[in-house]
Amino acid sequence: MELKEAFAGTLESGDIFIQIAPSKNKGVQIDLDSTVKYQFGSQIKKVITETLQGLGIEDAEIKATDKGALDCTIRARVTAAAVRATGKDVWKD
Amino acid sequence: MQRLRRTMMFVPGNNPAMMSDAMIYAPDSIMLDLEDSVTMAEKDAARLLVHNALKTIDYGNIEMIVRVNPLSTPYGKKDVEAVVKAGVHVIRMPKTETAEEVQELEAEIEKVEKEIGCLGRTQIMAAIESTKGIINAYAIATASKRMMGIALGAEDYCANLKAQRTPSGDELLLARQTIVVAARAAGIYALDTVYSNLNDMETFRKEVELIKRLGFDGKSIINPRQIEIINEVFTPTEKEIEKAKTIVAAIKEAQAKGSGVIAVNGKMVDKPVVIRAEHTIELALAAGVITKEEL
Repeated sequence: MELKEAFAGTLESGDIFIQIAPSKNKGVQIDLDSTVKYQFGSQIKKVITETLQGLGIEDAEIKATDKGALDCTIRARVTAAAVRATGKDVWKD
Repeated sequence: MQRLRRTMMFVPGNNPAMMSDAMIYAPDSIMLDLEDSVTMAEKDAARLLVHNALKTIDYGNIEMIVRVNPLSTPYGKKDVEAVVKAGVHVIRMPKTETAEEVQELEAEIEKVEKEIGCLGRTQIMAAIESTKGIINAYAIATASKRMMGIALGAEDYCANLKAQRTPSGDELLLARQTIVVAARAAGIYALDTVYSNLNDMETFRKEVELIKRLGFDGKSIINPRQIEIINEVFTPTEKEIEKAKTIVAAIKEAQAKGSGVIAVNGKMVDKPVVIRAEHTIELALAAGVITKEEL
């Protein structure tokens, strides 16, 4: 799926700021900065990757700045960034 | 009484921290807002946050309401689709002026419910925020079988009325009474507007006492600090409960003997008094200050 650069979310407590960009490489590359990276880093990356795959996005570069977001917030912010990056309501498909 | 709706707490739809904590304060209803508290640029992201929160967060027995954008905006229909698919209990329509607007929303809800196979699940409440809306209050209240309640939105109403808000609320009296009468005639809930000065809890309490006297079921709130005062005002006192229990017991005894009118403590008790006593007991039961066993 064709992507342009986009972002969603905020840097407020309980939120996550997601920047998405097209990638020349295969797969989803995630650069994660999180206040809870030690405890939940792998879970956050898993949620980001699964959300993108669910939306049909296999290749992308993600920069995520997490401030302790719940999984549902991560899914919402990744989806919003993906909708903005693709220009399509991908969450409904 | 179907359920208590004393407190309906506004939570901005683009604030994940508030959305995940809101249930801690135990309001009767939580109203996630996609309208005025969300900027145009964030409408899409807020819609997705609310959709995911409704699907994931366990709000327990709290009624979940979402205030959508008007259908006349580019956001309204998308909001309806996202929140109905997420299983919202009630959609709150802002700035409702006519019954036709309610029916238009109902058609949108039905379209989504049919698609996902849950026809009839979503209720509607209408916020009335203009003089035209007040004039049409009964038509709005009866516009759909999905109508759960009507609420007053005082800021826009006062702007439209060309009146200033005052602590006494004189300027809102007609609107408030119209809302209560229309809601009661339609058999639905009547909900009052927000009180936005968090530094003046004394005036807030007076306003809550006033709307209770007028017959409202509850009030929209903007801060958890307001919950305790509303619950206190809306919970019957021990004395009121005892009086109500005496009346209900006396009328039951009288009915068993074939009489419809009795005297309790020297005062005539007939049907309207009994209805009020039963309502007091329902409120006390719902608030948990008495149990069914005690009756």
